[in-house]
Amino acid sequence: MDVIQLIISGLSTGCVYGLIAMGFVLIYKATEAINFAQGDMMMMGAFITLGLTNSDYMALPFWISVPITIALMGCLGYLLDSLIIRRMFGQSQLAVVILTIALGFVARFIAGAIWGHEPQSLESPIAGEYFKISNIVIGVPEIWIILVTVFLTAVLFLFFAKTKLGVAMQAASQNQMAAYYMGIPVRRINSLIWALSGIVAAIAGILFASKNAIDPATGLLGIKAFAAAVIGGLGSLPGALLGGLLIGLIEPFASRYLDGDIARLMPYLVLVLILVFRPHGILSQVQKKKV
Amino acid sequence: MSFLKLKDVTLQFGGVTAVDNISFEVEEGEVFSLVGPNGAGKSTIFNILSRFYKPNNGEIIFDGKNLLEKQSHEVASLGIARTFQNIELFEQASVLQNLLVARQTHRTSNALSEMLFLPSVKKEEYRHRLKVEKVIDFLDLQAYREKFISGLPYGVRKIVELGRALAIEPKLLLLDEPASGLSVEETQDVAFWIEDIKKVMGITVLMVEHDMNLVTSVSDRVMALADGKKLAMGSPEEVKNHPAVIEAYLGVSEEFEK
Amino acid sequence: MRVIFKKSYEADIRLFKDGVQAFWYLLLLVIAVILPFLINEYWVGEFSLMLIWAIAGMGLMLLVGHTGQASLGHAAFMAVGAYSNVIMQNNFNIPFILSLPLSGILAGLVGACIALPTRKLHGIYMAIATIAIGVLAEDLIVILEPWTGGVGGIFAPSIKLFGLDFDRYNNVSGLYWLILAITVLIVLGYKNILRSPLGRSFAAVRDSEISAQAMGVNIGKTRTLSFAISCAITGISGALMGHFSYVFTNETFNIVISINLLLMIVVGGVGFIHGAFLGAMVVTFLPSGISFTRDAFFSDFHIIPGIESGIFGLILIVVILFEPMGLYGRWLKFKTYFDLFPFYRKDMFRRQKTYLKTERTR
Repeated sequence: MDVIQLIISGLSTGCVYGLIAMGFVLIYKATEAINFAQGDMMMMGAFITLGLTNSDYMALPFWISVPITIALMGCLGYLLDSLIIRRMFGQSQLAVVILTIALGFVARFIAGAIWGHEPQSLESPIAGEYFKISNIVIGVPEIWIILVTVFLTAVLFLFFAKTKLGVAMQAASQNQMAAYYMGIPVRRINSLIWALSGIVAAIAGILFASKNAIDPATGLLGIKAFAAAVIGGLGSLPGALLGGLLIGLIEPFASRYLDGDIARLMPYLVLVLILVFRPHGILSQVQKKKV
Repeated sequence: MSFLKLKDVTLQFGGVTAVDNISFEVEEGEVFSLVGPNGAGKSTIFNILSRFYKPNNGEIIFDGKNLLEKQSHEVASLGIARTFQNIELFEQASVLQNLLVARQTHRTSNALSEMLFLPSVKKEEYRHRLKVEKVIDFLDLQAYREKFISGLPYGVRKIVELGRALAIEPKLLLLDEPASGLSVEETQDVAFWIEDIKKVMGITVLMVEHDMNLVTSVSDRVMALADGKKLAMGSPEEVKNHPAVIEAYLGVSEEFEK
Repeated sequence: MRVIFKKSYEADIRLFKDGVQAFWYLLLLVIAVILPFLINEYWVGEFSLMLIWAIAGMGLMLLVGHTGQASLGHAAFMAVGAYSNVIMQNNFNIPFILSLPLSGILAGLVGACIALPTRKLHGIYMAIATIAIGVLAEDLIVILEPWTGGVGGIFAPSIKLFGLDFDRYNNVSGLYWLILAITVLIVLGYKNILRSPLGRSFAAVRDSEISAQAMGVNIGKTRTLSFAISCAITGISGALMGHFSYVFTNETFNIVISINLLLMIVVGGVGFIHGAFLGAMVVTFLPSGISFTRDAFFSDFHIIPGIESGIFGLILIVVILFEPMGLYGRWLKFKTYFDLFPFYRKDMFRRQKTYLKTERTR
């Protein structure tokens, strides 16, 4: 029965990784930019909600803070792209990576300056609640996380496949010049993608914070989310979720059955192995180029 | 004994047959051109020769050696050099540095001696520089030696592309659309250079080209392709007047034959 | 306007373009040598630290700037150098004069072992793999506790060379000169690489793998070699850092340090040796700069923890947005302006804008 406990716990953590990874893949799919600040955006989303909800800050009702946070993070994403990332138009991928890493540094500093560096807990209505089936304890936050993630993934997948905006986004990601010629407002679309990514990050942050304490360095688990996105295959939204779930599951099982130090290694070891044998991830989207 | 021999080479990309049972032979010292409409498989044949692609079947013998056994970076040391249709120069380097890279196959020093920059390395650098200067003289690139590729006009880049291939001191030169995008005068220059390459340097040339004037003026033999299949092979005149070739390029005017 | 008239091939092959350039660099060297007589001990220590970062930066620069690969885990190789150097001296009584180069070679070998299976990876995949390596290294250090002292750390002995003791507390100037000498040697080696076929093969891999292959460059082998040399140089910097810090743990070379290293060379200017030095200057003197500014202008504010990272991030954002070629790039533009005056064209260094074409069909 232990195993089921581990599975649920692993799945829910995996869903958070998966959501962050999906936010990351959204941006990559659209602009082939690597957003190293995705984890920090998740952290900001969590902290903004905390800042709005917690009794020692603004003490708003949880169900009001959530939409406000989501809207704020959406705007933040949009502005981030339109004011800063857009200027990187035409520059190398490395430059954007460096820029987003730097943005992450700044975000971490701002969060620390506003809310301090001590770990804090979000006072959400679902935190700490649980129910029992036979003798398995299932936390309510964990169920919420899994459900919200599945729902969000389905919505995003359909969005890209079926809606006009989604298809336009795909076009812009594959060939910007051609997209321009087709009348697609590429720059506005890119900013919308960043907004969407910000929203996904915010949701991930809120979900994470209902289960764990947060502090400004929480964003660093974005690195694990990248690992997830890469394992799943960059450019594939379901792949990102898959990668996240994989890593989420590896961690608790590894620490349960393996020595503590080696357990910490496992996700990264798996990552390296996957990269060596299947360099483009499990559900990769790379095809051969004709020279 | 042919210099380059392709026999029944076939390459399929998924459902598309890019190259369909192609066989031909190139004699040493001749200029052999491949012509055909776009998508005929000409550049694909070049990419097979450069070993970027592996054909599904067939054999290729170059200078007595089995080319298909070699990897892409070994092709140059066999004596085959190529230019690229879309110019793949090293953008962040000068013309001189681009040409010097081509000397890799003639490199005699190893990493350690180079880090210490032993006198032997210095001597080698002089030797390479001398060879490269000969190519610069041949192509009149003196004015562009120090210039970075990223600032050069298209015509000059094409010449540097050619120079880089020549700096390898190849036995066989693969030219992928050397005249595309060039003006009439520049194309004439290319024609003169190809003649010199053949007669003075003794290099065999295999060329893909659309400009029929250039093809007719420099080629010894021509092969026409369409849809990956061989249409005709022979002297430029023979191929130009071959009915299958005319059909592929211009179509058959049956409907108006009333 | 200064025109350099070249009269022989030698002019392109030798280290310095002309006498004037040689003069300036030699002057710089002289100043560097007499530095300990000009400033107090604390600052000599800071400059030593700067040189160590510059060496680490040069290692990473060779890989990223000149071969076009990514590495976000290079601090792992500093760790290899640091730990192996100390272990060789403490456990095996190998003298510093041997343990330093050996630790570098060991770091290089480890780098080669990692580069080999990952040589087919490009771009972001390579970056992620190196992040994983960086994190793995941190944990491996803890696992190998009997050798490395794990989380508690390890103490580096003072450097014993030619009968003299060099360390930070007893002989700061001596340590500084030693590090300076090693730095100069590495710079020379680096410059030699750049002006030889090896360096050209690296640049070829960076700029166009396809045509590099057509020129006879073995991509896999070249990348591995570049990785190995890069890790060796970084390993040496790690060994020196170990001696300088006196004590170090698995946290001294963690993933944040790796990322900082990359940011450092971007600030300085990717693709230029000077970039490593300029970046090292920024990183080393930023904390002092911040406290100085605070004391001078904002004495009411207490320093918020983490402000160094925040300001470093801000500097980086400004550099990337307004001067992607880094500090040295900006300096080059100034110099070229004066060199070519009045013929300087505004967009001389402008890179062609590349419209995004998906990397997903390569």
